[in-house]
Order: sequence, then structure tokens, then C-alpha cells
Amino acid sequence: MKNIIKMSFRNLLRSGRRTILTASLITIGVMFVLVYAALSGSFKAYMVGQVTDSMLGHIQIHKKGYIASVDNLPLDKNLNEKQIDKITQLLDENRFIESYTFRLKLGSMFSNYVASTGIRLNGIDPKKESLTLPLFSSRLSGMDTASLKEGSILVPELIAKGMKVKKDDTIVLVATNEKGSVNGLNFKVAATIEPISGPGGRDGYIHIKDVKKLLRFKKLEVSEVVIRLKDVADLEKTMKLLKPLVMIKNQKNKSVFEIHTWKKLSPFYNIVKMLNIMDISIKIILISIVLISILNVMVMSVYERIKEIGTIAAMGTTPATITKLFLTEGLMLGVFGAIVGSVFSFIIVFIINSVGITFSFGRQDGLTLNPSLGLNEVFIVSVIVILISLIASISPARKAAKLNPVDALRQN
Amino acid sequence: MIINEHVTKVYHMGEVDLRVIKDLNLTIDYGEFIAIVGPSGSGKSTVLNIIGCLDKPTSGRVMIDGTDITLLNTTQLANFRGENIGFIFQSFNLIPVLNVYENIEYPLLMIQNLPQKERDERIMKLLKDVDMLDQKDKFPDQLSGGQRQRVAIARALVTNPKIIFADEPTANLDTKTSNQIITLMRNIQKEFNTTFIFATHDEKIVTAVDRIITLIDGVITNDKRVVS
Repeated sequence: MKNIIKMSFRNLLRSGRRTILTASLITIGVMFVLVYAALSGSFKAYMVGQVTDSMLGHIQIHKKGYIASVDNLPLDKNLNEKQIDKITQLLDENRFIESYTFRLKLGSMFSNYVASTGIRLNGIDPKKESLTLPLFSSRLSGMDTASLKEGSILVPELIAKGMKVKKDDTIVLVATNEKGSVNGLNFKVAATIEPISGPGGRDGYIHIKDVKKLLRFKKLEVSEVVIRLKDVADLEKTMKLLKPLVMIKNQKNKSVFEIHTWKKLSPFYNIVKMLNIMDISIKIILISIVLISILNVMVMSVYERIKEIGTIAAMGTTPATITKLFLTEGLMLGVFGAIVGSVFSFIIVFIINSVGITFSFGRQDGLTLNPSLGLNEVFIVSVIVILISLIASISPARKAAKLNPVDALRQN
Repeated sequence: MIINEHVTKVYHMGEVDLRVIKDLNLTIDYGEFIAIVGPSGSGKSTVLNIIGCLDKPTSGRVMIDGTDITLLNTTQLANFRGENIGFIFQSFNLIPVLNVYENIEYPLLMIQNLPQKERDERIMKLLKDVDMLDQKDKFPDQLSGGQRQRVAIARALVTNPKIIFADEPTANLDTKTSNQIITLMRNIQKEFNTTFIFATHDEKIVTAVDRIITLIDGVITNDKRVVS
């Protein structure tokens, strides 16, 4: 085998320019795929991280029908204490779940004593909210979610700007409960919240006890349960374990609860899906590049060397050895392209990281991409390239091996 | 010993059958120095291809060293050639990417798979025999025609074949070089008792051989032993 590799290598060097051209074509293709995968991967990871870790969590549980009318923030579709107990019981025994928190959502009037506007409010348990949504604090101007006190409000930046309120200002929130009774309470602005793309990206936050006071609820009510998993990869397994909740029916034989993953709740998931399709398309383009360029080179080198093939066949080289010679030649082109392409991709990703490329998405500016090249991605792409170069060489190699030495020797 | 019994070769050219060899019966002993002569199209090369195990006859038997080569498949034929037969070509057919040493080494490495030490011994001896020792690191395109044919002869000999087939080995060489090459092959034949079978027009070869087989239209018309 060593000798076959040596011969094939020399044959590649014989038409050095052609070899370099083909190998660089493969190299560029590999580079393109890997750098794209690294960039889109980092974009996806960043956006998904933002969406799940600062807003949606990984899974949400609501009363059946809540999501369909979520824009109205209905108060008659809240979960009562009995239902909350059932959910808590099931969540506590699920080993995939890291933490969960309750939110009580409502629509309210926000007034700075001069003007007023509508605001969507989330009543939260600050400690649990900060455990379940660890990135939420990073959207706040100079405070921690956990330190949100009763009587304070986190105001979305858009409303803060429009209503000209800043930290420590006092504002009034006015809300109507489902019985039609109106109530208003004073709140101190604790911080402003950076906006984020997606539903709930422009919500305000107050303590859940304040909501109870504002709406004059006697008992605890909850609009949504937000769940954070230890590992997002366990999303499907967790959903399976939560199935019993969906099976619970009311007297009208309809489900009481509805459970959604972040994929259903965030429009960003469609962008993720599109990026994944792009990823596959680019890989298919790479496969075609490798296939066509190697097939072309190998067909040419068989035609150029017909007489030589005849000579080595006459001397007693078996058809199997001739096949191996040409397969190795194509394989080496692929291996070379894959290795050099991967090395260059690592260098490019390193450069991107040290330069620091920023991008804007929706209303968010100056997001930094931190592309990283996974070894498994490099491995998969390399295996594809090497496999395809082998496949592309099969037909020319077989043609070479099948040549009749008498006919081949007659060629000039 | 090479025995051809009732060998025929027919090529199908469209609707016409071209009977290139008609009932050839020929026996050749080891150590013979033979020329097959005849005009173009007389079937010289075809005879050489058939007894050189490159081509199979349409009918008849070809026995070499007790093996009926018409019964072997492609791979067995290739192995048989690798063990028993050497070829010298009109246009030398050296492998351009290998240097002189490596060209001679090729059959030992790729076909017979001999250990390094034995390979080196054989190649160095042959390089000395064909007087190419000082050129061993050169590539074919750096050599003259005569030098290339010497390398080709060394390559044909390195596997210790019983028979060497040479199709017009001197056609691309000048008179002086041709004579040197013929002398070289003659010396090798005497030293190793190697059978040389030429297909040629070249008078210089014809006058040097021990036996002349004349072929016309696929039939042996004359089989003459020359006492030199």
C-alpha cells in the first residue's frame, strides 16, 4: 500500500498545476462550508440563548387556550392554586428540569402623571425568575433580576424613552380585574430593559405580589409556568415526561393545560430552521464541487496515461492494483483538500474571533459573533469530502483497470 | 517450453471476420533467440501478444511451462506475466514519474513484492550489466533513446523472467545504438539462458538471431534455424 500511495502521489505531482487547482477548489469549498457553519452556529446559539435564557425559557405551561389569546393577556385563563399544585408536583420530580418560575401577566395603563400608555406586565417571583432566566439580568440597566423589590417596576426601554421616565422616578400603574374593578398603585422605576426580538420582548416586570394587590386577587393565580432545563438537548424527553399534564381533562372532556416548547413560542425558530436548510444546501454544493472536479481530473489522468496503464498491465500489474492506484490518487486530492480546508477554516475562525465581528438583529445592535468550529462538524465535512472523492474516482479507476493491455499499448 | 497448438485469432470488424492467425503450431525452447519476421499486417504482433499472455487466442492451446494460459482469467494472466514474462517495447514505455532505479524496481515492488535488500541487489547488478549505474537517479526524459531502452531491458529482466518479448525494440534507435542493444540482449541470453522472442523488420536483429520464423497472412511460411 505504501508503494501505491507513493506512485499515486507522484502521478499527482506530474500535473502539478492541475492538482493544485483541483485541491484548492476543494479547499475553498471546505473552508466556505466550515466557516459558514461556525458563523451561523454562533448566530443561532446566541439568538437561541437570548430567547430562551432571557425571556421564554425552554418550556412554558399555560391553561388551555391561553396562547391563542395571549395578545389580550386574558385574566380568565389563569391557573388556580389546585392546578398550580398539580404542575409543581410533576415538575419537582422531573430530573431534566433545572428550575421553573410562575408569571402572572396582565395588560395595564402606565402613567407618568402627565401622559399614559398601555403596557404589558409580568408579575414575577424575582429569585425564581433569575434562576430560570439567567440572561435576563444582562438586559437590565445596572441591576439584578433577583433584587427586584415589591413596589418597583422594570420598564421596557421603549416605554421609558417614550414616557421620559428614568431610574427612581415614580409612576402609576392602573389595571382592571376580570370583575371590572379598577385599581391604581404607585411604583418606583428600578431599571430599564433592553428590547429583544420576539413576543414579550417589550414587556414590563413587577413583583408577583404587587400584581395580586393591583388586581385585588385573594388567592394566587398564575398565567404561565416557565421552565428551564439542565440541557436543552433533553427538550423532547422532558416533553414526554410532562405528557400526563396534557392528559388531564375537565368536565367538558377538554384538556386543562397546554405545554409549548420555545420552538413553538418564538418566531426565531423559523430563522433557525432556515439557517439549517442553508447549511445543508451549502454542503450539497460542496459535494457537487468535489464530485465534479475530482471526476474531471481523474477521467483526464486516465485518458492521458492509457499507454502507461497498458505498460504496467503488460508487466503484470493486476487490475485490482491499477484500480487502487487511481482510487488513491483521487482520495489523496480529497484528503488534501479536507485537511488544508479545515486548517484554513480554523485560522479564519480564529481571526474572526480576534477581530470581533458585530451584527444587528431586529432592534438589537452591536451583537458580537463568537464563531467556534466544532470538531464533529470538521469531522463530518472531512468525511463527506473524502468519501465523495473516493466515489468520484471509482468510475475512472475501473475504466483504467478494465483496459485491455493490447489496445492500451497501441495508443500513442 | 512454449507450445502453440492450432492457434487461431479472429477479429470481428463490423460484419467482417478478420482471420489474423490461421492454425499456428509453434514450439519454442527456453534460451532460444528468435525473430518473428514478416510484412506489416502479417500477424507478428498478434502472435507475440498471444504467446506473451496479453491476448487470448480465438481457438487452440498455448502452453507455457505446462500452464495452459487460455484457461487463466485476467488477474491470473497478469500474475503469470509478472512471474514469467518480460516485455521490451518499441518506444521504451518507461514510467515518466519514476527515475531509472525506480523504473527497474517497479515490477519487484508492485508485482513481485520482494524485500528491499534483494531488490537492491538485483537492480544494482542489472544497472551494471546494462551500463547505466551512473544514470540511476535520472528520469526518463533526461535520457537518450538508447539509454532508455537499456533501462527498459533491465526492467524486463529484473523479475528473472523465462521469456522476454520484444516488439521492434530497435525501431526508434540509430544503427550504432541498435547494435549495442542487440549485443546487450545477446549477452544476457547467454548469461541467464533467457528466451528472447522478437517481432521485427530490423535486418540487424534478423542477422543476430538463431531462428527466424517468417509469417505471411497469419501462416508460418518458413521456420529457419541459423547456425551462428
